[in-house]
Amino acid sequence: MSENLAIFTENLNLWYGSFQALKNINLSIHQGNITALIGPSGCGKSTFLRCLNRINERISSVRVSGAIRLFGHDIYGQEVTLEELRKDVGMVFQRPNPLPLSIYENVMFGYTTHYARRSYTQTELDVLVESSLKKVHLWEKLKDNLHDSALGLQLEAQQKLCIARLLPLKPKLILLDEPCSALDPTGTSSIEELLLELKGEYSIVIVTHNMAQARRVSYESIFMLMGEIIEQGSTAEMFLTPQNEKTAQYIEGRFG
Amino acid sequence: MFGLTTHLQNKRRKERRVSFLLGCLTLCLVLPIAFIVGVLLFKGLPAICWEFLAADPIRGMTAGGIFPAIIGTIYLVLLSLLFCVPIGVIAAVYLSEYAADNWFTRAINLAIVNLAGVPSIVHALFGLGAFVLFLKFGTSLLAASATLAVMNLPVVITATRESLEAVPRQFREACWNLGATRWQAIRYVVLPNSLPGILTGVIFAVSRAAGETAPILFTGAVFYKAELPQSILDQCMALSMHLFTLSTQVVGVPEAFPYGTALVLVGIVFAVNTLSIALRFYFRTHRKW
Ligand SMILES: Nc1ncnc2c1ncn2[C@@H]1O[C@H](COP(=O)(O)OP(=O)(O)OP(=O)(O)O)[C@@H](O)[C@H]1O
Ligand SMILES: [Mg+2]
Repeated sequence: MSENLAIFTENLNLWYGSFQALKNINLSIHQGNITALIGPSGCGKSTFLRCLNRINERISSVRVSGAIRLFGHDIYGQEVTLEELRKDVGMVFQRPNPLPLSIYENVMFGYTTHYARRSYTQTELDVLVESSLKKVHLWEKLKDNLHDSALGLQLEAQQKLCIARLLPLKPKLILLDEPCSALDPTGTSSIEELLLELKGEYSIVIVTHNMAQARRVSYESIFMLMGEIIEQGSTAEMFLTPQNEKTAQYIEGRFG
Repeated sequence: MFGLTTHLQNKRRKERRVSFLLGCLTLCLVLPIAFIVGVLLFKGLPAICWEFLAADPIRGMTAGGIFPAIIGTIYLVLLSLLFCVPIGVIAAVYLSEYAADNWFTRAINLAIVNLAGVPSIVHALFGLGAFVLFLKFGTSLLAASATLAVMNLPVVITATRESLEAVPRQFREACWNLGATRWQAIRYVVLPNSLPGILTGVIFAVSRAAGETAPILFTGAVFYKAELPQSILDQCMALSMHLFTLSTQVVGVPEAFPYGTALVLVGIVFAVNTLSIALRFYFRTHRKW
């Protein structure tokens, strides 16, 4: 039954030491959509995303209980390797974090670390870089400077590059944690357009503090508060007629 | 409005006085170094000629050159780097990238800090006991450079750890999030960016290995040996040792000889440092964050 769900969690709890950051999260998110995760600061949105590729485990105080299934597969299963999981679950952060390498190497980094050197040719890499950068509309701008440092790019281009470098790995799920909060309005709207183009091919979850953004890009929305899911539903309905009093207050901007 | 008040004038005067004072103090710092180099050049330069650099010492070291000592020092430094750089870098990578923070790693860290403070003569005794006698290397190039390597390990480890830790954590996380293993993140992102710091450690190691006399005194350096070492189990001469010998053990040495030897020693260290600084500069200008 969870087969056609991108994300399915059951009684997911997470503790940082003795502080419980996620409480009994039960979620089902369908494939091929953009889902917005909203809620006030500190309610556990980033923590939840970081559960999905198990990057939280690098923090020694973290303890997790409950089940997470992505595309029907238990991510805590015996045969799951973190490398393969993170290949399928791409993550984009609030501050663009390109690696201190060239633009070309950034786009290829995931790919070249996952596949043995013998299994691809230089031409194949070139083709992959071109198609990935084209998908995020950076190709025309950068095609002559592929070997410049990625850290010299403007923030908007850096953020797009951070999306582009996920694509050669063909992720199924892309998680974006406030991807636009370091960008200006132009940058924001071009990232939003990009997400709308990518939807369908990928399932996307975006954390945002920008209600207008959630309405523009997402099909479904999830409202979190103090580590709990308060409400989940179609974005159009939730923003028009929120079921829960707290959701209504948050959306109207009365707290958070 | 916007004019110069007396209070402001006073402040400016004080500002000038402070910067003058600090400048003077800095000069005091540079003076001894300039003085040493000056004396070395003045007294040692007359000794420097082709024969001095390229010939063996003759007539009880009162004539001839210092060629075997130069070669001996170069061998000692290179061989000791060969031991301590790989081991030091690997240990540092393990300690700061892999090891869990528990009592064991804390004990190791404490040991490294203390090892750095051990006087070189103690390292010499350790080298004598461990390499010369226990491992039966004999007094040899091998034993001497192993002793120098042990002495320099903490320097290399500390410098490497500091430069690894200077690489922002976000880069490692970015790699992990793309599914890279710890080693891949280290290999492709962390290590390339910490090379300048590692080089700093190596510069230090070179200067110390070339300059220290005590650690090689009992373990492999000799007063006089005209032929060059044929294998790493041979003994050799060394500049620092030769300087000690010329200054204190032999009568009838021309005054310029010890100064000339010191000048060559300082020159070699200076050349290595310059090279490393140039490399660091190259890496820094090519650094990408
Ligand atoms: N490494 C950590 N150790 C301890 N507590 C943490 C850690 N990371 C987050 N927390 C706590 O967990 C709670 C949830 O944090 P999280 O970063 O997931 O919130 P968020 O919803 O993403 O907030 P924001 O909108 O500000 O990004 C917060 O109360 C935070 O203080
Ligand atoms: Mg967050």
